[in-house]
Amino acid sequence: MRPYLREKKDFSFAEVPENTSFEAGYLVSANSGWRSVRPVIDSGKCVGCEQCYLYCPDGVISIKDGKAVIDYDFCKGCGICAKICKPGAIGMEAERK
Amino acid sequence: MANKVADSISREEFFYGHKACAGCGGSLAVRAALKVLGQNAVSVLPAGCMSAVGFNFPQLCFSNNSIISTFAGTASMLTGVEAGLRARGYKDFTAVGFAGDGGTADIGIQALSGAIDRNDNIIYICYDNEAYMNTGIQKSGLTPFGARTTTTPAGANIHGNIRPKKNMFEIAAAHDIPYAATASVGYIADFIAKVQKAAQIKGTKYIHVIAPCPTGWGVAPDETVDIAREVVDCGLWYLAEYENGGFTLDHKPKEFTDVAAYLKKQGRFRHLSDEDIQVIIESRDRKWEHINKTFSYKNSL
Repeated sequence: MRPYLREKKDFSFAEVPENTSFEAGYLVSANSGWRSVRPVIDSGKCVGCEQCYLYCPDGVISIKDGKAVIDYDFCKGCGICAKICKPGAIGMEAERK
Repeated sequence: MANKVADSISREEFFYGHKACAGCGGSLAVRAALKVLGQNAVSVLPAGCMSAVGFNFPQLCFSNNSIISTFAGTASMLTGVEAGLRARGYKDFTAVGFAGDGGTADIGIQALSGAIDRNDNIIYICYDNEAYMNTGIQKSGLTPFGARTTTTPAGANIHGNIRPKKNMFEIAAAHDIPYAATASVGYIADFIAKVQKAAQIKGTKYIHVIAPCPTGWGVAPDETVDIAREVVDCGLWYLAEYENGGFTLDHKPKEFTDVAAYLKKQGRFRHLSDEDIQVIIESRDRKWEHINKTFSYKNSL
């Protein structure tokens, strides 16, 4: 399973549990706001060699139907995938708000 | 197009949504190691980047059981985790520690030495980013000669760190440990193979992986993997293993790439003079003379 973004719940001090409180991989805040550039995959050029999947420090790349797919909630836009990609299938584009 | 390395490890993510800097080499090492060891790995992390970025309540970035230890006690807590689970009858688990270079070579070296001495069945992974990066780049025992940190600033008289890097790999090997290895996140398949091998060996295992820190090294975030390869290619780091009392070199660059080019790419080395670089090249050549004399060679890249 790939951990996913959940809704952040507010709770009062009395409700704070005394021991481990949430299930493992409980994520409530995204990292997408860190990006100034985003990787974009050209699925026509992607050969599914999985080098980007292996080298992504955040593990946001997965392979679906033989092509790389990015989880933009947690991609920080470091650009390692674009550099590692031999066929040149990943380009970095400026983030626009 | 199948990738054998990707197929040999778990497709699940066990270190996800963490708050490490973009392009962090340490988080890549932790992620890859946990994908090898799987759901039943119990990870122990001392104070350091990976515990600071992994446990931000209520954000829980580890999908396996993980715990923060005292700074000095990574290896002793691993001993306890392993003994406790064994006493409760668990068989299928791996106790694995992820400590930084400071937590391994300076603060945690006594606990690590004790664990190796007892030959506890644990894996200890040191992700080496060559300074105390989490607290803002202070010199550790594994900071290389000439590197600028906040506690070894580069001035007119003293050009950064004046001491060479400790040889943690050979310190661990000197305990006659069952398995020790060096790796680099730039050669991830080699690192993954070493973690796989360590998981099959009984006793204490030590893996030392170079994990560049773009923030502390002064390189762009997308350079992490390239610089982790270049440090091996220029001969300032090497991929080796220690097993059954002997050292094996896993990769011998045909010809070393330019050391000055490697150094000048990084902000922490930019102040170095030609004489300083000559000192670094000479110490590298001495190191390789020692390696060529005492290590056997088997190309496994």
